[in-house]
Amino acid sequence: MSTTEILFWFLSALALVSATMVLISKNPVHSILWLIIVFFAISGHYILLNAQFLAIVNLIVYAGAIMVLFLFVVMLMNLNSDSEPQKNNRFKIAGAISGGCLMLIMIDVIRDAGEVQNAKALVKEGNIGLIKNLGMVLFKDYVIPFEISSVLFLAAMVGAVVIGKRN
Amino acid sequence: MFSLQGITSGIQSFLHARFSASGVLIFESLIVILLATTLFALLGLVLVWMERKVAAQMQIRLGPNRVGPMGIFQTSADTLKLILKEGLTPDGADKLLFNLAPFVVMVVAMLLLAPIAFAKGFQVWDINIGVLYITAVSSLSVIGILMAGWASNNKYSLLGAMRSGAQIVSYELSAGLSILTIVVLTGSLQLGDIINAQQNGWWLFKGHIPVIIAFVIFIIAATAETNRAPFDMAEAESELTAGFHTEYSGMKFALFFLAEYINIFIVCAIAATLFLGGWMPLHIGNWQGFNHLMDYIPSSIWFFAKTFALIFLIMWFRWTFPRLRVDQLLNLEWKYLLPISLFNLLLVTVIAILGWHF
Repeated sequence: MSTTEILFWFLSALALVSATMVLISKNPVHSILWLIIVFFAISGHYILLNAQFLAIVNLIVYAGAIMVLFLFVVMLMNLNSDSEPQKNNRFKIAGAISGGCLMLIMIDVIRDAGEVQNAKALVKEGNIGLIKNLGMVLFKDYVIPFEISSVLFLAAMVGAVVIGKRN
Repeated sequence: MFSLQGITSGIQSFLHARFSASGVLIFESLIVILLATTLFALLGLVLVWMERKVAAQMQIRLGPNRVGPMGIFQTSADTLKLILKEGLTPDGADKLLFNLAPFVVMVVAMLLLAPIAFAKGFQVWDINIGVLYITAVSSLSVIGILMAGWASNNKYSLLGAMRSGAQIVSYELSAGLSILTIVVLTGSLQLGDIINAQQNGWWLFKGHIPVIIAFVIFIIAATAETNRAPFDMAEAESELTAGFHTEYSGMKFALFFLAEYINIFIVCAIAATLFLGGWMPLHIGNWQGFNHLMDYIPSSIWFFAKTFALIFLIMWFRWTFPRLRVDQLLNLEWKYLLPISLFNLLLVTVIAILGWHF
């Protein structure tokens, strides 16, 4: 096995185990910390695919900003395993069945998707994830959708400020 | 002439002649780990001693002067004491997170070393998005601090961690924007390119007043991000005993202490790289003779001289300005620094597009 393969299996296992732990952990703070590890593992995958920019942006946005806000809220409200409401067993079974159905459909669809059927992941070779190429695509081919989405973000921010200011 | 580049390429060819590609990778990783750990230990010892000496001089005292000449071994003795002390874990604490937090903070500080160029050709990883990597990884140190504050199960710790979190998250913005001014001028996120772009003068001198403004804002934001006075709300002794590391003792406390000083070193190294040319000697335009004269000073000395000058500046702040209140701290960032740096970025973009810089 090459170094890349070892890294790939290690990161995949890490991502899956941590994702499971997010669900299993009783304590919300532990769940958030496990989720941060999931994001790290996914960033590692991006780096294996030679998409350093996506990897770093994933870290900045999710691990650095969103998860820190989550931690803030959970810690300030002092949520812990005692205050966590215990779900009814019937709901747990229903949730597992419906989630499993969704997963089966997704797997089936992805297996049948024509475009990815014979495509191979470009390890260490692909260059679409590099910042230069990504910038070219975003600001040349998709400049209007990109700018519209930035307006959308601005609207969301203004909305949040308005709601916060009401009282 | 003595050069670190020669040594590293010598080691590289020596290893390539004897081992396979993965073998070389493993050996080089081991060498990097060894060097990074040594650097950390040395920096911790030197910076703590320097801080105490600087503080003493500012207050017209002598500072540590018993252990070794000029008290230089004082920090070694203190570290030995901390190693021998018992590392207590409070009863109500979240044991795992409590013990993990110092290491998270330490690992984040270590990761930040990767893209820093210590001398010409002496860099662990010249990643093509070096500047973004630095902003991304430095934003993760909040997680370690929040973990420590929450897991201690202590009101002071939690308050300290919350203050620290709010402070780091908000000052990251203006630090990032002032880093971006240099990125706009250079047109590259790679630290190697940024240093090479300063061959005919440092950005601080080439980029007119907007870059000087960006430099000042970066230094303010860096002081805040490392939780140093006058922004040491997170561990304000008179209000919160010791903030997020109130409950830590022994070696775990020492790790937090060390990480604080390593972080100061790293932000100063980044400021030196972006604004003062990193290892690049002081060059002035086309003055060939002067530039050659400056090249005789080794690049590693230039890098460490600039970094330590900035560290001295940050230590100087501590004994000059009184501590800010929380509301003043957030006002300063959101009402003054952020608008100024946004406008400044626009100005620098105009300068870069019209080619007004030297």
